[in-house]
Amino acid sequence: MENLGQMGFSEEQADLLEVAKKFCRDKSPMDKVRALIKDEAGYDPDVWEDIARLGWLGIAIPEEYGGVGLGLAEIVPVMEQLGRFLLAGPFFSTTMAAQALLVGGTEEQKKNYLPKIAEGRIATLALTEDSGDLNLENIAASARRTEEGFALSGNKYFVGDAAAAEWIIASVLFEQKPALVLIERSSLPTGALRRETIIDETRRAYALDLDGVTVPPSAMLDPALASAALAYIHLCANLLAAAEMCGGTQNVIDYTIEYLNTRKQFGRTIGSYQSLKHPTVDAYVAYEQARSHLYSAAHCFNQQGTGEIAIRMAKAQADKAFSYAADRSIQFHGGFGFTYDCDAQLYRRRAIWHASQFGDAAYHRKKLAELLF
Amino acid sequence: MSKANQHEVDEFAKDADAWFRENVNPDPGFMLPLTFMEVGTDQQFEFLQNWQGKVYEAGFLGVAWPREYGGGGLAPAFQNAATDAMRRYNAPIMLNAIGLNWTGPLLLDIGTQAHREKYIKGILSAEDIWCQGFSEPENGSDLGNAQLRAVREGDEYVLNGSKIWTTLGNYAKYMILLARTNTEAPNKYAGLSFFLSPMKIEGVETHPIRKLTGEYGFTQTFFTDARIPADGLMSEEGSGWLVAMKTLEYERGARDGLAGGYMITPLDAFAVIELAKKAQRDGAPVMDDPVMRDQLVEFIIEAQSLNLCKERGHIAPLNEERPMGLSLSGKLMGTEFVRRINEFAIAMQGTKGGYYVGDPNAVDDGLWTRGYLNAFSATIGGGTSEIQHNIIAEHILGLPKR
Ligand SMILES: Cc1cc2nc3c(=O)[nH]c(=O)nc-3n(C[C@H](O)[C@H](O)[C@H](O)COP(=O)(O)OP(=O)(O)OC[C@H]3O[C@@H](n4cnc5c(N)ncnc54)[C@H](O)[C@@H]3O)c2cc1C
Repeated sequence: MENLGQMGFSEEQADLLEVAKKFCRDKSPMDKVRALIKDEAGYDPDVWEDIARLGWLGIAIPEEYGGVGLGLAEIVPVMEQLGRFLLAGPFFSTTMAAQALLVGGTEEQKKNYLPKIAEGRIATLALTEDSGDLNLENIAASARRTEEGFALSGNKYFVGDAAAAEWIIASVLFEQKPALVLIERSSLPTGALRRETIIDETRRAYALDLDGVTVPPSAMLDPALASAALAYIHLCANLLAAAEMCGGTQNVIDYTIEYLNTRKQFGRTIGSYQSLKHPTVDAYVAYEQARSHLYSAAHCFNQQGTGEIAIRMAKAQADKAFSYAADRSIQFHGGFGFTYDCDAQLYRRRAIWHASQFGDAAYHRKKLAELLF
Repeated sequence: MSKANQHEVDEFAKDADAWFRENVNPDPGFMLPLTFMEVGTDQQFEFLQNWQGKVYEAGFLGVAWPREYGGGGLAPAFQNAATDAMRRYNAPIMLNAIGLNWTGPLLLDIGTQAHREKYIKGILSAEDIWCQGFSEPENGSDLGNAQLRAVREGDEYVLNGSKIWTTLGNYAKYMILLARTNTEAPNKYAGLSFFLSPMKIEGVETHPIRKLTGEYGFTQTFFTDARIPADGLMSEEGSGWLVAMKTLEYERGARDGLAGGYMITPLDAFAVIELAKKAQRDGAPVMDDPVMRDQLVEFIIEAQSLNLCKERGHIAPLNEERPMGLSLSGKLMGTEFVRRINEFAIAMQGTKGGYYVGDPNAVDDGLWTRGYLNAFSATIGGGTSEIQHNIIAEHILGLPKR
């Protein structure tokens, strides 16, 4: 079959994987993860500064805009390790916003914002709406031209890290067509943002009320590129999500194994029971398959046709592996697994989150059927 | 072994391509076995023995084995190129699987000079067929409990007991044999020894066993005061278990160094797509049935993940934390996949899933039904899938044995 991706791994990816693993393990021990859940901001600004200093925010930004000039392939190992250690922060949101600007922004916008993002200033995307539709072109919010620029209206949901972001790029309908507008968060009227209660408590998401929000003419991204940008954002988000999920899968399996190796019942270590052992192996095998898909998707992200197939496969397999591994982790911890204190819930909640955003396994399989046959 | 020069490899690949294009006979006039475990008739056996000999003579087998013992003395890249050509032209399998893939590598790894000189060439030419005597009627998964007795008498060992599920047992000239030399060893493993044992001698009898497909392919092998030369002992008495474990690593695809070619016809998972376009359901191709279509995508995702896992296995930084993880899971992933996709392919065929090989109306000559039944040879043989789960759990994930 043509159109199926290959495997590939660069030296830059290997270096970043190594550095990110050490960094994330160091900066995000479980007590820290737990503490940040209770914190309103939800992340540690010092760690964010470290991340900026490491240059990770500029990895996939071209040098001419102040970045490192690598690609998404090199972000994948970083994202994987962030996900593995549940390191909280606006990395996903900011990286996505940068990519949106890169593919959909005007030259002036790219020159203006990308260097700042590469330095660590926070940005995010506002895409989804009340319909709950995964199709990013199903937009009800709108922009209307006025004397001063554009008047926006409608509501956006699941706007990641909006309270921390300086810039929010929202999708709206403009003259019946999708468009992207960049909003200075500081210009929002009070009450425009409401923190949402979401299943993954390690993240922050907000509802955004656009009624009464106005932006200057320079705020609109290139309207001719908007549809293509949304399609690109969808793929990009799925690649990064798959990376975060793979990392999470690895850790939840390790977490389960640790318990299976210590807890005793009937005079035996419970890990010796095959009804626990074999499903753990199944989770592990599914994880290895997910990771293979992930790095193949990272490798061929830019290849026409092949890239999309590889990414959808990666997300579908990551969903399958992560959901199963985390689900079994709760069960295999017994009564403790039912508690808030058991970390299994953190991973299970995150798996549900990622399945809900940008498409779960079934959604991607449907898209794949159209692409493959 | 020299390092591969890309230009030379390319030239070699071209020669191999030309040779296999010319020499593969797509229709010998009878059904060919898809795996070395399905050789059921003399006609099949002779055809495959000749074929392997011909491939070896042409220089496309054992290419990377040392020249002094009959190999080609080239880098593995050359053999890979030849094997690729075999796949490309859907060449028949290499018959002498146990010789080429377990005995040979084992001898090259830990055998004596004399062993190598005596056996390697015959393995490559298929003149000397090998079989494997591990499983016994009472001891299968619990291989360490094997009880066939070997008692030293002068320059010989005397064998008594029985082995079972001996693939190619009735054709083999030699057997790799796991036998008990000490019944008083401190534990069951320490009493085992590993032999290179002749088959065509007095006291060794093979009884063919009929498989679930109705065909033949393996035997029960009886040993009654059979005398074998003591120089067939591998390593030393009491180390049989370690040697057997090494053998199983080759068998499960976790090690390099095999002679080349394939012993199991590679399944083209993507052929089910063609099937889905052909087969009908409710007046339309199965492909248009949303449920079947979704399942099909799931299989394609899995097929692709198997390919990718093989490639990723060679990328060290992506295997840092569990370096043996991918190679030790390969058998479980691959064999279970083949079983399930054959099963799915039968389900696609509607009423025609009820045909079997031999009926003129059978879809793809009954390939999928036969493939499904035969797929169990790999989910059971070489250590069952359940045992593979145990191995991965204990050796890769570090879970306790008991
Ligand atoms: C086609 C084919 C070719 C073969 N060729 C050869 C050959 O050439 N030479 C040779 O020596 N052997 C050969 N075998 C034998 C094969 O290795 C054994 O059949 C296999 O190891 C299982 O042993 P058994 O048949 O005794 O089953 P058993 O060990 O009795 O197993 C029965 C069931 O119990 C399960 N089980 C057993 N122990 C455990 C456990 N600890 N945990 C969980 N489940 C368990 C098994 O998975 C299986 O489902 C061949 C088998 C087949 C099917």
